[in-house]
Parts: sequence; C-alpha cells; structure tokens
Amino acid sequence: MNIKSRNGWRARIVFVSLLAFTACSSTGDTDEGADTAQNGSGSGSTNTATSSPASGGGQLTQEEIRAQSALRQTVFYFEFDIAEFKPADRDTLAYHARDLAANPNKRIRLEGHADERGTREYNLALGERRANGILNYLIVNGAARSQIEVVSYGEERPEQSGQMESAYSRNRRVEIVAR
Amino acid sequence: MNIRTFLVLTCLWSASAQAELSIQITQGVDNPIPVAIVPFAWEGDGVLSEDVDQIVMDDLQQVGEFRALSPGNMLSLPNEEREVFFRDWRVLAQDYLLVGKISRAPGSQLVQVQYEFFDINRELKLAGEILTGSVTQLRDIGHEISNVVFELVTGTRGAFTTQILYIVSEQSAGGQTVFRLEKADYDGQRAQVLLESNEPIMSPSWSPNGEDIAYVSFETSLPRIYTQNIATGQRRQITNYPNINSSPVWSPDGTRLAMVLSKDGSPDIYVQDLLNNELIRVTDHPAIDTEPAWSKDGRSIVFMSDRTGQPQIYQMEVGASSFNVERLTYDCFQCMKGQFLPDGVNMVHVRRETRQSPNYQIAVLNIETLRVITLTNTSLDESPSVAPNGSMIMYATKFGGRGVLDAVSIDGRVKFRLPSSTGDVREPAWSPFFN
Repeated sequence: MNIKSRNGWRARIVFVSLLAFTACSSTGDTDEGADTAQNGSGSGSTNTATSSPASGGGQLTQEEIRAQSALRQTVFYFEFDIAEFKPADRDTLAYHARDLAANPNKRIRLEGHADERGTREYNLALGERRANGILNYLIVNGAARSQIEVVSYGEERPEQSGQMESAYSRNRRVEIVAR
Repeated sequence: MNIRTFLVLTCLWSASAQAELSIQITQGVDNPIPVAIVPFAWEGDGVLSEDVDQIVMDDLQQVGEFRALSPGNMLSLPNEEREVFFRDWRVLAQDYLLVGKISRAPGSQLVQVQYEFFDINRELKLAGEILTGSVTQLRDIGHEISNVVFELVTGTRGAFTTQILYIVSEQSAGGQTVFRLEKADYDGQRAQVLLESNEPIMSPSWSPNGEDIAYVSFETSLPRIYTQNIATGQRRQITNYPNINSSPVWSPDGTRLAMVLSKDGSPDIYVQDLLNNELIRVTDHPAIDTEPAWSKDGRSIVFMSDRTGQPQIYQMEVGASSFNVERLTYDCFQCMKGQFLPDGVNMVHVRRETRQSPNYQIAVLNIETLRVITLTNTSLDESPSVAPNGSMIMYATKFGGRGVLDAVSIDGRVKFRLPSSTGDVREPAWSPFFN
C-alpha cells in the first residue's frame, strides 16, 4: 500500500481502536472485525451482506451486524439548547468513524439543524455547533477531515412542522448524508 | 398649487408573486385622530384600477393614529376647495379633511390627481397639489398623499412609499420546499419575487440607498452571501469562505458589509469592503457571535454573543481590540438581534425574559435609562425590522401554525398584520426611504 505518512498514522489509529473495541465487545469476533477493517481500507465499501468476505459461508458476524445496524442510523437528535450529541449515540458514531476510516474514498456531509425557538441566525450557528461536535468525534475516531463537509441549515429545514416539543425534538438534529 | 410628476419606475427582472399579502389591523389606539377622506372624483372614461382615496384611508388607519369617517355618514362630498363647507365636518367632529379628483392629463395617457387637505378647526388649507403619473402609479400617488397628510398631522415623515423584503417558504405539489425572496410595498401589496430556490434563502437586507439588497442563499448547497441590484436583477456572489457565511448588513455609507463567518472555527463578526474586498475581523471569540447591526455613525457594531452561556447583546468598535467589548443587556435570560432605532438610544431586540418562560418577544431597551418596553405578547416573535421613520417595527411571528408578518408601533399601542394566503412568511426587512 502506498499511503502517505499522515494517512498511515490515521489508519493505524483506527486499527488499534477497532481492536480495542472488538476485544472488549465479545469473544471470537476479533479476527473477523480486524479483517473487515483491513479489507475495507484497501477497497471501498464493506457494508453489504453479499460483498462482505466474512467467514462461515456468508454468515455475518455479530460485530458486522452491529456495524451495519449502526451505519443505518444517520440522524442524531439533540436536547434543547444543547450542542453535544447524546451519550447513547457515541457507539453508533464510532462505527461511522471507523467506516470512514476504512473507506478513505467515502465522503459525507454533516447537516446540522435546530428547532425554531430563538432567532434564525443563532439557530444557524447552533446547528453548526452540533454538527461540529459530531465532526470532531468522527475525526478522533479515525475519519479524515477531508472526508467530511459540515453545513448548518439552522431552523430552515425542519423535519417536522408544528409548535410543540414533539416537533421541536425531531428538528434538533444532525444528519449524516452520503456525498 | 405644486405639480409633481412621478418617475416611471420599472422593475426589469421581477415577476409578480403568487401570494399577495393584505393588511389587517389587530390593535388600534384609544383616541385616534378623526379624519374625513372624501371619495375622489374620476373625471375620465371607464373605471380606474386603483381607488386612491381608499389607499390613503388604509394607510392612515393601518398605522393606528387615525380613524377615517365612513363616506356614508358624510353630509357633503366635495372634491375641491370651493365645495368645502367646514361646518359640515365640524358637526361630524372631524379634525381633518382630504378631498381630491382625478382626471386625464391633457394630450397624454397620464392621469392627474389633485388633492387638498384641510384643518377643520382652524378652517385652513394645509396642503394641495397635483400629482401626475401613469394609471399603474396611482398606488404610489395614494401613498405619497398619505405621506403628506401623516407628516402634516404628526410631524413625523411618513413611510408609506417604503417597501419590505421577506422570505416565503412553501411546500410544492411534489412535497419539496420552495424558498422565495420577495419584495412588496410596506403594506404587502404588489409583491414581486426577486429570487426563487429549492434551497433556503435567509437574511435579506437593504443597501442604504435602497437600490441593492444582500441575502444568504444556499443555492450551491452551502450558505453564501449575494448582493442583487433591484432594478437590473444583476447578482454578485460576495463570499465563498468555508462554513457559515451569513447575516450580511450594509454599513450606513453603503461601502461595507458586516457579516458572520465561521471560517476560523466559530461564528465571528467580520466587515468586508465592497470595493476592494478587504476583510476585517471584528470579534474573536470561541463562542457564537452573530446578528451584526451597525451603529448610526457606522463606527461600531451591535451583535449577539453566547460567550456567557446564553445569548446577550454586545457592542464594539470596528477595528478595536477584541477585549474592548461593551455588554448592553443583562436582565434577560436571552437577548438577541439587537438593532438601534434612528434615535440611537433605544434598541429593539428579541427577548426571552426567563429560562422558565419560553416566549420570544419584541422589546425596546433604552440604553441610557435601561428601561425595557416589551411590545408584543405572542411567543415566537423574531426578526424585528424598523421603519425608516422609526415609527413602527415589523417582525415575524406565528399565527395558526404559519409564519406571518406583524407590525407594531414603537409605543406598542398599534398592531397590524400582513397575512399571506400561502406558505410561511418571515424575516421582514423594512427599506430605507427611497429619496
């Protein structure tokens, strides 16, 4: 592999963090998990059931199932006036980070949103602050900055209309969108 | 009698809007000034497309200071001075009287509107002139008469010939959201689409001479600042910095744009020179700094920052050290979107009083006496924009689940609403005087 030192450093970090993660998640998955990461970093996406070179006659490992399920979650909701993502989303976002690290050609957009309370300009800034929180977490967990574009829509593109908390809680969000 | 000719105003680029706004008075004053506006006589053929006396009546009643006498209660219907008998109006307890007539200008397609305005109690003619224009300018002529009447009675220059910008968003038949930047008369009439997009449009603002506008468009999928000439429609992309590019506001001399950029990490206030594109950083803080507004002299900028944890309003001089910041608001949970009134002492802003009360309202803070007057009592009020004569503030609020534009007088006594037939309307920007 002809990788520049910066990328190589990042790839190693990913590899180590993945090992650490899978080692403590369950027994017996470690090898497959590591294999997936290595294969992935060499050649595009690994996230479909048919193309994944898992052992055991096409059966997915628990870890792969977990990763796929995590990658299907692309919308992350926030508490009112809070810029940090929910602790419960940490593991899911770590899978996204590892997926980006394993697929250097993959590009995503983090789209930050706010509910309609407060002024529009402040909400535009809050949406960016939320998206940046996730951006930093993805980078720390192995994604490259160049893979990720951040844009805030503030309160301009609500997921749900209406002046009640049930709508507001759907609108305070960051979406991961493939590019 | 003065004679003035209206210039033919052309707008080469704009299409007419689908959704026209119309005004509804929601709160008036207790003792409005009684004024009689007699239906103007039309001395030509056919029917005129606009009702000039009705336009004047609507103008004067919308600002709440006046109450117009119903023509059905009038004892006589004069159209010029020699037909006026002051006792007819004194007996009806009227303070002022407006009469007029409209005729074809000799040898042209233009029309002439002759009007005369009287003080009943002093039995005095206060004004009278002939205004000439095309039939399509009758609405402008009506607003011009309102300006004259308003200034003679209140001493304040009328803002009836001003315009507003605002944003409309609407679900298209395909379920997609369509965003429009529109321009209309101050009362929502004669709306025109200036820009339409499938991506958000935000933060419209006027240049000081009213010839150009600036706004944020996401048309490239990222928020970028554009200017646009009203008459020609010519556009110019002003910024292409990474991350947020927002809140463009023209300096009072029209040479610079204050704006918000987050290219260096967090949103900060910058000023860009429109001639040489030189960029000056005004604020430098890791918190959110946004919503710039110029002081009247163009030397300092009022802005919102959440550097203490919640949004508050600050002021600093352009080019000063970033430590040299003055905090203007203290006694609110959140104070946002500050902007000085023309008097330079009172600052309109969006105010959330306490953490417990989730209401965002329009308020005015006197920065010398620190007295606060809350002008609105709805809960999602934002984007206040001041009329150029300082008499009214237009703002965005919700009514029936939709975004609408409301206006409130500077003393809070008068309110009117511009409901739209479709879509969410928001972010009003009141124009400067055009001459």
